[in-house]
Amino acid sequence: MVVGKMKLTFQKRVKLAQYLWMLSWFATLGGAVTFTLGCFLKTELRRRGEVMDNTDIHCVPNTLMIVGLASMGINYFASRICQDALDPGRFPRWKTFLKPFFGCSVFFTTLMLISVILSYAMKGSLETSLKIGLKNGIRFYKDTDTPGRCFQKQTIDRLQMEFQCCGNSNYRDWFEVQWISNRYLDFSSKEVKDRIKSNVDGRYLIDGVPFSCCNPSSPRPCIQYRITNNTAHYNYEHQTEELNLFIRGCREALVYYYMGLMNTIGAVVLSVFLLQCSVLASVRLLQTSMEAVAGQENVEVDSEGYLLEKGVKETFMEYVDPVLKLLWMNQVTPPEAKAEAGAS
Amino acid sequence: MAVLKVTFTKTNRDKLAQVLWVLNWVSVVTGVTLFSLGLFLKVEIVKRRELMSKEIVSVPNMLICVGLTACAINFLGGKICYDCVDTTKFLRWKLLMLPYIICTFFFTFCILVGALMCYSMRNDLEESLFLGLRDAMRYYKDTDMPGRCYIKRTMDMLQMQFQCCGNGGYRDWFHIQWISNRYLDMTDSEVVERLRSNVEGKYLIDGVPFSCCGLHSLRPCIQHQITNNSAHYNYDYRKEELNLNRRGCRQALLEHYTQIMQSIGLIVLIIWLFEVSVLTGVRYLQTAMENVLRLGDPDSESDGWLLENSIADTARYNFNIIKNLGKCYQVDDDPNIDVPSSSLQAQENVPVKQIPVAR
Repeated sequence: MVVGKMKLTFQKRVKLAQYLWMLSWFATLGGAVTFTLGCFLKTELRRRGEVMDNTDIHCVPNTLMIVGLASMGINYFASRICQDALDPGRFPRWKTFLKPFFGCSVFFTTLMLISVILSYAMKGSLETSLKIGLKNGIRFYKDTDTPGRCFQKQTIDRLQMEFQCCGNSNYRDWFEVQWISNRYLDFSSKEVKDRIKSNVDGRYLIDGVPFSCCNPSSPRPCIQYRITNNTAHYNYEHQTEELNLFIRGCREALVYYYMGLMNTIGAVVLSVFLLQCSVLASVRLLQTSMEAVAGQENVEVDSEGYLLEKGVKETFMEYVDPVLKLLWMNQVTPPEAKAEAGAS
Repeated sequence: MAVLKVTFTKTNRDKLAQVLWVLNWVSVVTGVTLFSLGLFLKVEIVKRRELMSKEIVSVPNMLICVGLTACAINFLGGKICYDCVDTTKFLRWKLLMLPYIICTFFFTFCILVGALMCYSMRNDLEESLFLGLRDAMRYYKDTDMPGRCYIKRTMDMLQMQFQCCGNGGYRDWFHIQWISNRYLDMTDSEVVERLRSNVEGKYLIDGVPFSCCGLHSLRPCIQHQITNNSAHYNYDYRKEELNLNRRGCRQALLEHYTQIMQSIGLIVLIIWLFEVSVLTGVRYLQTAMENVLRLGDPDSESDGWLLENSIADTARYNFNIIKNLGKCYQVDDDPNIDVPSSSLQAQENVPVKQIPVAR
């Protein structure tokens, strides 16, 4: 049961080869674009790597980079094949190369589709990673004297100013963490002692936030201490005050930023994927139609091209069997030999 | 005695014409570059218009004009050089070429002026920034006045982006009232005392806005009571260097713009050198083609030069032309006035020629 049978005249074959050559160069460019986008995404993720707990999200740019490089290789060979396709003298040398070529191409094209799906599906993982990373960042904000954590303060301050956000989910996260180091607290002061005593863990918690939470768009000078205390500041009500601090949490801001990036990249890679599919289908058609006229004296006859000789499942097994045989060869006793030994 | 004479064979002339054609198209690209550099500089200056007392428009406008003119001139030059390979086509352009070369010469001079202006802009800019920042800081608190309501945001964003504070340093904030009266509790005794102790009734504090806070500080930012060591634990404001941004915003902006302008000035100088070399090539091509026409044989060798006579002679000649331009309206030399000639003998010795009559 042949899949995708199509009759091709000589003229059609020639035209197919010409268009395919151009298309494959565009697809090579698409592969290069995919690789570049993968590198760019990786750089962006690494820039904020300090507020991420794990590197699971890096699978997306890594896959994109691999697929981009593979795509460039595949399309380069596709262009060479279609260049030689119309020449019956040069075409036979590609014969042994074609089966593994198609196997690899289908594998990497499927991988491209998977990477597109991943770029949309990894949102949850990213959000979890950022939640934990930001929580730690806020907790270690005060530890500017501990090696390994001394840059957390700068990282969090820069992040909050650049993304115009405050805290993990919102500014209240700062109320639950001691972000002023004990080195700068006067333990002889009554107020400090009271606060520490009133806290179960002995932490100095205040209803204040760091300066990087301040919103420059506010019409009044920033109120960053005693935020919930309306009487501490003149003409101030913290429930209605919206512009004083950044309302958005940094987790939301970062997820929004990265999902925007990945959605755009996903759309671009999807179009490259479609281009790649059409290139592969065209190469297959050209190859099969050329093979039909191989060995004949008159090469200008009509011929039939097809995508798959057998059904989809049978073709899949045909490709997977050699790979499985290779894997079984590494075992000490293959299961068929065991069964034979058992039968005899 | 020609200046820098070079002999050209026919193939040399053709090659020169082709090379100049390509170079003229490259010059169109450099003209576009000049234009975009001018546009970039203009955008950078307009972005911080609120912080400058007087917008510096001369330099970017000059670059934009020069860039557009370069495109036009070099486009025409490309066409001319393309036609120069063929002597018959050259005749079309013969009369236009010398004015074209003179125009291009003055135009390259303009490019040089543009490049030098980039380097000389610094002083104007410094004064403009000093006055602009001083006013911006003064109007920092006026977020309720139309026309000034965004100055607070601009100033804060500037101080955060460039990591600077105040005009010359953070102490500039101590001399102005940057907290609006709307947010001051006039019933509070401390506020009233401060207002009374100031001559002009301004509320001055030794504090700075939050945007002055340094990112590299190890401790939470101290922005109020900066000079009061006892107000904060374990704090000595003379030793504390990372707490606030040390640099003044005037200095920061000046450095930023100087860097941009030095790069632009360097690129414009390189473009100027390129244009001068193209102009020299076109001049050689023009003189070589004219000499070929004078000799009559399109395949022969011809000389090309920069100036036909020495520089002094050419200058004198041109000066005389300009002088005589002025003289033609003077009464003494009016050719219509019948002035008797000085010698009668000269008149008698003139041979009388008979004019043949047609039959």
